[in-house]
Amino acid sequence: MSELNELYQETILEHNKNPRNFREIEGADKEADGNNPLCGDALRVYVKMDGDTVADVAFKGSGCAISKASASMMTQAVRGKSREEADVLFDEFHKMVTGGLDVETDDNHLGRLKIFAGVLEFPARVKCASLSWHTLNAALHDAGEISTE
Amino acid sequence: MTATKEMTSWDVEKIRADFPILHTEVNGKPLVYLDNAASSQVPQAVIDRTSKYLAEEHSNIHRGVHYLSQHATTAYEAAREKVKRFINAPDVDCCIFVRGCTEGINLVAHSYGHGFINEGDEILVSQMEHHSNIIPWQVVAEERKAKLVVIPMNERGELIIEEYDKLLNERTKIVAVGHVSNALGTVNPVKEMIATAHKFGVPVCVDAAQSVPHFPVDVQDLDADFFVFSGHKMFAPTGSGVVYGKREWLDKMPPYQTGGSQIRTVSFEKTTYAPLPAKFEAGTPAIAAGIGLGAAIDYLNSIDFEAAAKYEHDLLEYATARLADIPGVRIIGTAAEKASVLSFEIDGVHPHDIGTILDQQGIAVRAGHHCAQPVMQFFDVPATARASFAFYNTREEVDKLADAVQKVIEVFA
Repeated sequence: MSELNELYQETILEHNKNPRNFREIEGADKEADGNNPLCGDALRVYVKMDGDTVADVAFKGSGCAISKASASMMTQAVRGKSREEADVLFDEFHKMVTGGLDVETDDNHLGRLKIFAGVLEFPARVKCASLSWHTLNAALHDAGEISTE
Repeated sequence: MTATKEMTSWDVEKIRADFPILHTEVNGKPLVYLDNAASSQVPQAVIDRTSKYLAEEHSNIHRGVHYLSQHATTAYEAAREKVKRFINAPDVDCCIFVRGCTEGINLVAHSYGHGFINEGDEILVSQMEHHSNIIPWQVVAEERKAKLVVIPMNERGELIIEEYDKLLNERTKIVAVGHVSNALGTVNPVKEMIATAHKFGVPVCVDAAQSVPHFPVDVQDLDADFFVFSGHKMFAPTGSGVVYGKREWLDKMPPYQTGGSQIRTVSFEKTTYAPLPAKFEAGTPAIAAGIGLGAAIDYLNSIDFEAAAKYEHDLLEYATARLADIPGVRIIGTAAEKASVLSFEIDGVHPHDIGTILDQQGIAVRAGHHCAQPVMQFFDVPATARASFAFYNTREEVDKLADAVQKVIEVFA
């Protein structure tokens, strides 16, 4: 069960149960939809900008524990960050879950998001963890809709 | 024979010894393979026959005069004869080899559609169909300006036959229905449905992908016009499949794919086609897979398939009772007549999380929409977890499934 415990850590289960910023933002400046057609995960990310800063970010939708917890922790991580800083986090997160970044040895800004490093051992679940990040990236860059397939 | 005797007549350990993969480990645990509705495992006899063909007999079929080509042709055609007997087809030439059930349904839909479906006609499909028995008909309906009409089901996952009877009319040109639902396990009353359709002169295409691995079938007794299935769900390799069709239809239908092997004469002005089954078998087929399918049928003939069906049905009932006993588990699909499939959800847990936690226990189930999104929409779930059984599964494996489901609930409590 050790690998499993690494995937379903207490923090992830807690965010799944009580997702943060799980709401719409009225008058959001940017929105995007993310879909994972294979498993039916579907979420919408809302962003309110203040100049170049992410003033507020939230999400709605349905998905598995990994995708929900990842979206929840993403909103916490990027709120108050500049678009450029959010881009860096997206890049680092993506690399972490696909094996391009070792959180123990490589410099990074991931902080609490390192908890998702265990996803690397579960190839079928990488898309679950990264869906919200791809969707945020689409919102920040006005791409509208993404699909992880 | 009493029920007890029937149970003991099925020696599951002896059967398991025939399937090498059942003795492997996954994630450090003995494999518990409960994803048979997606693809079944392959017995050693089928592996050996396929390997022998590849090692000693391989050549292209039908056109060669040399030894190997004739040998391969004989082996391939012998497999066709086995298929004929397996489904009790009246005529071996009406058993067309395809690469799988999806290709087979596409063959029927497009070929029959181009021959017989016109503007304003209606195609009946059921609400519980796999996408492979929806989309080909949807595409044909669009091309031919026909209408796709849906046979509804009730909340137990049974087709509402009174509604079906009312939907049939003089505009109906074909009925496409699954023998057993891959998402719900429902066994549909296809024999009765076919009889009703025939009163209107309407042919019926049966998607038999999920029935042939689980109980004996007889296309003449069913009076099916088309009967389509895959080899890889009935203990054969992937790449094998069959369309059985009545000659009266197949002779009148245009070819689906065209090219080598399926012609009589070709010039730039005109091509004439070969007789059945070659007319529908363009190109080099999956020869090894077809011979493997023949070997899988030999295997099924070597065991007591009736006893297997009975054993498997008891196992499904046991599994249903075990899971239904666990608070928080909801079973999706509670038809009176079911085979093999147990779809379920756990309150507050996404099926993908169920799938991952079960996998860590060595238990292979499927989590998702099972290529039946209209079924998911009907039951208002994004997805389900699905355990699907074969005659080589055991009560101990069902117990492991139930324990693992308990564990999921604990993790997410």
